[in-house]
Amino acid sequence: MGGYILKRLLSAIPVLLGITVIVFLIMAMIPGDPATAILGSFATPENVERLNRFLGLDEPLWRQYFIWLGNMLQGDFGRSFALNRPVLDEILDRFSATLILAGTAFILCAVLGIVAGVVSASRQYGLADKAITFVVILGISVPSFFLGMMMILLFAVQLRWLPVSGMFSIWGGGNLPDLIRHLTMPAIALAVVATGVVARLSRGAMLEVLRQDFIRTARAKGVPERRVIWGHALRAAMVGIIPVLGIQAGFVLSGAVYIEIVFQWPGVGRMLVDAILRRDILLVQGGVVFIAACYVGFNIVVDVAQAMLDPRIKT
Amino acid sequence: MKLFLSLLFRNRLAAFGAVVLAIIVILAVLTPLLPLHPPNATNTANRYLRPLADGHLLGTDHLGRDLLSRLLWGTRLSLAVGFAAALIAGLAGAAIGVMAGYFGGRTDNVTMRGIDMLMAFPYILLALAIVAVLGPGLLNALIAVAVVNIPFFARNIRGVTVGIAHREFIDAARLAGMGHARILLTEVVPNIVPVVVIAMSTTIGWMILETAGLSFLGLGSQPPQADLGSMLGEARSALITAPHTSIVPGVMILLIVMSVNLLGDGIRDALDPRLRSGALARPMAATRVDRRDVPPAQGDGLLTIDALDTQFQIGKRIYKAVNQVSLDLRPGECLGLIGESGSGKSVTALSVMGLVASPPGVITGGAVRLEGQDLIGAPYEVLRSLRGRRVAYIFQDPLSTLHPLYRIGDQLTEAIRVHDPVSHAEAHKRAVKLLEDVRIPNAAARMCAYPHELSGGMRQRVGIAMALANDPDIIIADEPTTALDVTVQAQILALLDELRQSRGLAILFITHDFGVVGQLCDRVAVMYGGRIVETGPTAEVLAAPAHPYTRRLIACVPELGQGQRVLAAIPGLPPAVDQLPDGCAFAPRCEKARAACKSGEIALTGATRKVRCLYPEEAHVARAENH
Repeated sequence: MGGYILKRLLSAIPVLLGITVIVFLIMAMIPGDPATAILGSFATPENVERLNRFLGLDEPLWRQYFIWLGNMLQGDFGRSFALNRPVLDEILDRFSATLILAGTAFILCAVLGIVAGVVSASRQYGLADKAITFVVILGISVPSFFLGMMMILLFAVQLRWLPVSGMFSIWGGGNLPDLIRHLTMPAIALAVVATGVVARLSRGAMLEVLRQDFIRTARAKGVPERRVIWGHALRAAMVGIIPVLGIQAGFVLSGAVYIEIVFQWPGVGRMLVDAILRRDILLVQGGVVFIAACYVGFNIVVDVAQAMLDPRIKT
Repeated sequence: MKLFLSLLFRNRLAAFGAVVLAIIVILAVLTPLLPLHPPNATNTANRYLRPLADGHLLGTDHLGRDLLSRLLWGTRLSLAVGFAAALIAGLAGAAIGVMAGYFGGRTDNVTMRGIDMLMAFPYILLALAIVAVLGPGLLNALIAVAVVNIPFFARNIRGVTVGIAHREFIDAARLAGMGHARILLTEVVPNIVPVVVIAMSTTIGWMILETAGLSFLGLGSQPPQADLGSMLGEARSALITAPHTSIVPGVMILLIVMSVNLLGDGIRDALDPRLRSGALARPMAATRVDRRDVPPAQGDGLLTIDALDTQFQIGKRIYKAVNQVSLDLRPGECLGLIGESGSGKSVTALSVMGLVASPPGVITGGAVRLEGQDLIGAPYEVLRSLRGRRVAYIFQDPLSTLHPLYRIGDQLTEAIRVHDPVSHAEAHKRAVKLLEDVRIPNAAARMCAYPHELSGGMRQRVGIAMALANDPDIIIADEPTTALDVTVQAQILALLDELRQSRGLAILFITHDFGVVGQLCDRVAVMYGGRIVETGPTAEVLAAPAHPYTRRLIACVPELGQGQRVLAAIPGLPPAVDQLPDGCAFAPRCEKARAACKSGEIALTGATRKVRCLYPEEAHVARAENH
């Protein structure tokens, strides 16, 4: 297992390098001069040139890339000119908020999705199956930002059960119950689409597995049906479900951008959108690389989980 | 095509989706012709009018613009952008996929690594980065959404193309001297068009959602032009004071995306052959029973099967897999059940404990009695407690019948503990003993092995050990040696015989091989077309088969040391059990068939030896007269 983890970690290096190249190239295609963007259109040519030299923008493109990469490896993601603070500090400040939101939503979608899928498959064409299928279709069709807004209207404005937005109350907040009250709506709104996708896929994977010979063997042994479904069948179905969970993690991270805006959640997604609207290139660049790297890391965890589940994967 | 449409519309949800989508598309197309307020005409005196206000059916927004008009114009825009993005992504992705799949080798490698790299981004990061470069705007959002989805199409289409590129007609075209471009255009592309179209139709919903999302963030359409997403984005600040301005565009997005998804699912299901044939149906915990009357008990064996009928009901077709089969098994006896594949022998065996997959299997008649207790239609819990404890199964292919992800030790201890709740340690001890009993060397160490780490013979020994776990009275062995090679087969047979002697097991042994029957079985029953055609003590049946089918089946067994002999294969095929002919099912393949064989019901006659034939073999008749 140790060898497999190491191999998987090493194989992530070219992917991470590729990501930095793609991000760098996309950002290099931005028309116009970053120095002019920072200094405004009334800046003198000397000042523009001085700032360009200061930012290293007079170097050839490949050197700029390696300087940027080298700095990043040393933890220097550059400085956000709009916020006038190091990019990495800004990202790290906001990343925990995104992690709490997306992590909760991810756990919700994985647990609820798998349970719904298994129940649906084990009662195929029954009432529960039809009900779940309908809810799933609804869930994967609703835009998460719209769902979030409707939840605010219902639960925060009409029923006054939960706070409208933010991560903590301004007065007397900051403890865990306060966080949970603030987290409930955004996490659910974020989880809905992914839950639908996971449920759908789990149902398919279960139906596929339930026809296998080893399920008949388990039944022939006299294993109780509940255990056949939730033990034998689900375990085998997980082999198909886990990779999808990895993909869904990407969708949850993506959806977090909308949810953070709807619920005023102080996360990285909102930071990125603001940075794009302000054309704060280094912040966009750093943020994208940082999140993509986290996603790659998460997928390694997923692969390792898969290898632990399935002994047939060569370690 | 007609079948496809009827399948699509049998799916009511898909039909509903199609109708809703059609209405929305028609409205969007007709928008410029409808008598609406101009979508961008502001009237600040009439801000936030509620729905059903005078002259404004859906009310007005924060600038007093008519919401209905803006909704329809916005829908038009969103639909157009969604379709365009799907088209661009589909075409570009397909082009990349076809190139990679068709040329293979390095082209494929490099392209697919790049695609993988793009897929390593959560999609919105890439879209945001692209919009950051191009600047906010609807066209740029469209490009971003299209680009982000190219990898998905490229991957799918590449897979399909790889499948096509190695087919014979491509080789033929190449040999005929056609150039790559011509082959691609005339041979490859026509074959992948349907795949591309389906992939596009199922992703349009996503595209609409994603562009709406970018517009919602303010990165898509810019005011005063509005698509559904930016309408929602603008309305957000007034969510609490004027919720209708948010609800109207939001519900429209939901309706569009849902109807596209419903329709897309319907199309996919209608095209999936497995769904059509019911191959994805879930087998229930026990076979469905739909039995009118219970036949009286005939034999007095340990296990008696009386006039059992098991059918497969697929659509309107009924396959009579087991047709009035009666057998009885006495304690300590080995009964062979022999027949070609499809003769119904396995289904008979699985019916005993309700293990026939259902749907489509249904037991429609007969009784299976274990010491007089009828098992057909018994409550699930009764069946379950007998399964593995009194009646255990050994199946054919031990690789697919053992759970691939559980250690064999865990599978064995589970078999023990579901019937006898002993401690883990005790179960483990018993499991090791079982492995030793079936002659697995190094049993304690093997407990930790996974099925794929064992040889076929070892796996089947594990299967046997599992069947023995609760010291059953009866073992039903369904072709346990068919998947093994000959030497291993002999070992397994010897093992089964030995266990039978030492434990007093009764065995119902299912096989298609008379050689195996001769070695192991006291009595034999021959099945053909779902019915028993002959039964009797093995030695007698082997020496003088009564049914022509039995004689031919015995003639199929090659004998060692007999020099060259023409193996007499039986011409023709076994009958299809959904349209059995009148009279003898074997008549069409029988050399001795006469007119009488092809009509009426032919009974199973005789005492210890029974045969279902009007003109049994002479040798048998002669022996019967001598006795």
